[in-house]
Amino acid sequence: MKNLLLWLVVFTLLSGCQSNLSPDVLPILGVPDLGPNGDSVAHTIPDFRLIDQDSNVITNETFAGKAYVADFFFIACPTICPITTKQMLRIHDHFKDEPRLELMGHTLAPKYDTVAALNRYAKNLGVSANKWHFVTGDQATIYDLAPEYMNVALTDEDAPGGINHSGYLILVDKNRHIRSFCNGTDPEEVTRFIKDIEKLLNEQ
Amino acid sequence: MSNRNTPMTPKTEPACKTTASFPKSWVRFLSIACLLLSSFFVWTSCETYPYQQGKILYTNFCENCHMPDGSGLKALIPPLAGADFLAKSPELVPCIIRNGVKGEMVVNGITYDTEMAGIERLTEFEITNIINYIHTSWGNDLPIVEHLQVREWLKPCEKNTKPF
Repeated sequence: MKNLLLWLVVFTLLSGCQSNLSPDVLPILGVPDLGPNGDSVAHTIPDFRLIDQDSNVITNETFAGKAYVADFFFIACPTICPITTKQMLRIHDHFKDEPRLELMGHTLAPKYDTVAALNRYAKNLGVSANKWHFVTGDQATIYDLAPEYMNVALTDEDAPGGINHSGYLILVDKNRHIRSFCNGTDPEEVTRFIKDIEKLLNEQ
Repeated sequence: MSNRNTPMTPKTEPACKTTASFPKSWVRFLSIACLLLSSFFVWTSCETYPYQQGKILYTNFCENCHMPDGSGLKALIPPLAGADFLAKSPELVPCIIRNGVKGEMVVNGITYDTEMAGIERLTEFEITNIINYIHTSWGNDLPIVEHLQVREWLKPCEKNTKPF
C-alpha cells in the first residue's frame, strides 16, 4: 500500500514536469482581467492611440484581423536594444510576405525618439511602416502600455541610457490576446517564437 | 555467515594487507596517469588564445551594438567584420573606443550616423587588446597593434574630443 502511494506521488510529480512550452494550440497568456460582471476574462490589450514613423495614427484597428509582435526599445539604448532589434529584424525578414503579421516597436524615450528620428531609424534599418511600426506618443501612455505587454519600463538614473526595461517580444493575436512571448536577446528563443507565430497564423 | 566460526584475526596482522600487496607497477602507473591528467588540465586551463582579455572586454562593452559576430546592424551600426575603416584608419580606432564618435562615418561605402558612446575607463592596454581581438576575429586578418603604438594614437585624442 505504501509503495503504491509512493508511486502515485512520483507519478503525479513527474506528470507535472511535462513541458508545455510549445503546445499545438498556443495558450492565452497574461493575468486574467476582471470583467464587467465580476467574472474573470482573458487578458486583453487595451485601447491605444500612438503615432508611427510615417506620422500614421496607430490604434488597435491598425491590426484588425492581424497578429502583431510588440516590443519596447529606444534609439539611444546602449544595452539590449540593438540585439532585440536584430532579432525583430529576423522575424520581419521571415514574415516579409505574410500580410497577416506586423511588428510594432514602442519607443520608451519619446522626448528624443521623435517621428523624424524614428523615420530615420526605420530607413536605416531598411523597413517600411506598412510592416513594422515604430511608435511614439505620450511617455506615460507608453509606460502604462508596457505591463499590458508583460514588459517592464521604468525611468532609472542608474540604468544605462536612463531607462530600465525588459526585452521581451510579445505575440498578440487578432483578438488582442497575448499568445506567445520570448526573450528578444536570445536567438534560440526567437527561433522557437517564430515557430509559435507560424502556429498562430495557421490557426487564424 | 560462515566466518562467524573462524577465529579472530590477530592484531599483529596488518589490517590493510591487501593494499600492501598492491602491485607496485600499478601504483606507478596510476601516479603517472594522475600527473599526466593534471598537467593536461593545467595546460587546457591556460589560455592559448592571446586576446582573451580583448574578447571579454568586447563582450562587455562592444557586442550589444556591434553584435557577437561583428556584423553590426544594417545602416544603423557599422560592422567590424570585414570593415574597410579598420584597415584604412587604424589610428582613429583607439580614440573612438575611448571617447566615442558622433557624426557621419563611411564604412564599406555605407554612411553611418549613429552616435557611439566612449568607454573612458579603458586603459591603453585594454584598448590594445580589444583592437587585436577585432583585428583577428570573424575572418579579419589585420596587423596586430602594439600598445606603444596605441599610446601614440591616443595622444592627439584629448578627453571629450571626438575624431569626427
